Amino acid sequence: MSFEILTYGFMHRALIAGVAIAILCSVIGLFLVLRRYSLFGDALAHSSFGGIALGLFAGVYPLWTAYAVSILSALIITKIKDKYNISGDASIAVLLSAGIAAGLVIISFSGGFSIDIFSFLFGSILLVSVNDTVLILALTGAILIVILLLYRQILYSTFNEEQAKVSGIPVEKINYLIIFMAGLTVVTSIQLVGVLLISALFVIPNVTAIMYGRGFRQTAIISISFSVFSVLTGILISYIFDITPAGTIVLFSIGLLAATMGIRSLGLLSKK
Amino acid sequence: MNAVEISNLTVKYPDVKALDDVSFVVKEGDFLGIIGPNGAGKSTLFDAMLGLNTAYSGTIKFFGQDIRQSKKYHKEIGYVPQKPEFEKNFPATVSDVVRMGLRTESDENKIDEILQQLWIHELRNRRIGELSGGQLQRVFIAKALVNNPKILILDEPVTGVDQQSIELFFSILRELNSKHGITIIWSSHDLDAVNRLANHVACLNRTLFFHGESEKFFSDDELVKQYSEASMQEHMHHH
Ligand SMILES: Nc1ncnc2c1ncn2[C@@H]1O[C@H](COP(=O)(O)OP(=O)(O)OP(=O)(O)O)[C@@H](O)[C@H]1O
Ligand SMILES: [Mg+2]
Repeated sequence: MSFEILTYGFMHRALIAGVAIAILCSVIGLFLVLRRYSLFGDALAHSSFGGIALGLFAGVYPLWTAYAVSILSALIITKIKDKYNISGDASIAVLLSAGIAAGLVIISFSGGFSIDIFSFLFGSILLVSVNDTVLILALTGAILIVILLLYRQILYSTFNEEQAKVSGIPVEKINYLIIFMAGLTVVTSIQLVGVLLISALFVIPNVTAIMYGRGFRQTAIISISFSVFSVLTGILISYIFDITPAGTIVLFSIGLLAATMGIRSLGLLSKK
Repeated sequence: MNAVEISNLTVKYPDVKALDDVSFVVKEGDFLGIIGPNGAGKSTLFDAMLGLNTAYSGTIKFFGQDIRQSKKYHKEIGYVPQKPEFEKNFPATVSDVVRMGLRTESDENKIDEILQQLWIHELRNRRIGELSGGQLQRVFIAKALVNNPKILILDEPVTGVDQQSIELFFSILRELNSKHGITIIWSSHDLDAVNRLANHVACLNRTLFFHGESEKFFSDDELVKQYSEASMQEHMHHH
């Protein structure tokens, strides 16, 4: 195998951006999974599809409109859920279809599907620009710093809202913050795996890591490692064999999940 | 000094008035047992005291401070809920859970100390979802205590726990109260247990039926009988 590919600028950018997104999705995803919000990433991704279509239609950089729509829907979904007492999964289903429906209508107005739309649907990490990479790194850094600073509050309100409230933690604000950060993360990650596969990055490494039966920090570290591993190997392998990176990345992380399940059912993960 | 001062507390839910004009005082160092049948309003009282329900009328004061005015009371209170609810496969160990209760920078020694005090140190690295009811209960008490609270509030914490664990739990409570001077407010169905542990009793059944020293209550057969009958009636009423 040739290591020449590692010298290409676009490959550097893809790998750096990919690793940042892998870390970000795994961390945000862990909190979402534990809050029974596993499909939330999916819902936001689909609603940002509407945002992307809007951007393409209006001639604005599509990721900007996607950020706006994603964050807005994240906040709306939370408000609606609280106010009308709709269950989480139902409100996610509504948001998900609303985004796609709006996207489709806007696309047909603007004369049908284009190459651009496909790259957002399925990801385009090998095409990521220097500016995109810088933005991805900055956002990842900012979100991780916020999470580290508010680590106890976020963890405690994820564990049990009521008890966190009794301890004086502003649970509602923390909830909105997480949702807001999830909105940012989703749009940022669209470049890696596309709209359709985002929730894979949020959910699979975390479900896998939780099976190892460790404490919170170790679980987060296991999840990040798996996520980064899948993204790195996924990008490299997909380039070498000329297949789609998004699909390869997700299949790799599913492979890790299957392997973990295998190890576990052999009894190798039971208590020390 | 009064640790807790509740005046004219009334809580209405859409269908029921759960508490009606309840007033009582808990002095620092008291061990108060709140007894009352199912649906008497014990959890409702705690929800209001803990700031989980702000739709009440009347006033609640901790150490002279109205909780509507000051949020400082949060740090003086440790709370053990009736049913600690959490995701069964939550990736948290016992020490992770106790650490959540810790307000200041993570102080591992304090965590070890409290786990030892509650006889659960060997469970330190076990996942929270794997524990038995009695072990879980002590973990949540550890979490409530790790901040050195002045008041410990426990909502019916012995349901589904075996006799031996209950005894251990009682001796822990007694020690916290007498040695460490922690004010304890404890709700229970169990008259005998309250008789053994608490030095004050409040009989709650929507209204406050009795409040005073437990000796006074338990030495007065007529009072105990009245209380039991009242709660029986209430019980039948509910079914
Ligand atoms: N969130 C709520 N909405 C409406 N009614 C409620 C609510 N919580 C409690 N109630 C009602 O208020 C009354 C008091 O309930 P509460 O839970 O305070 O009783 P309790 O003394 O804690 O009972 P238990 O011993 O069963 O725990 C009951 O009639 C209950 O049905
Ligand atoms: Mg109750």
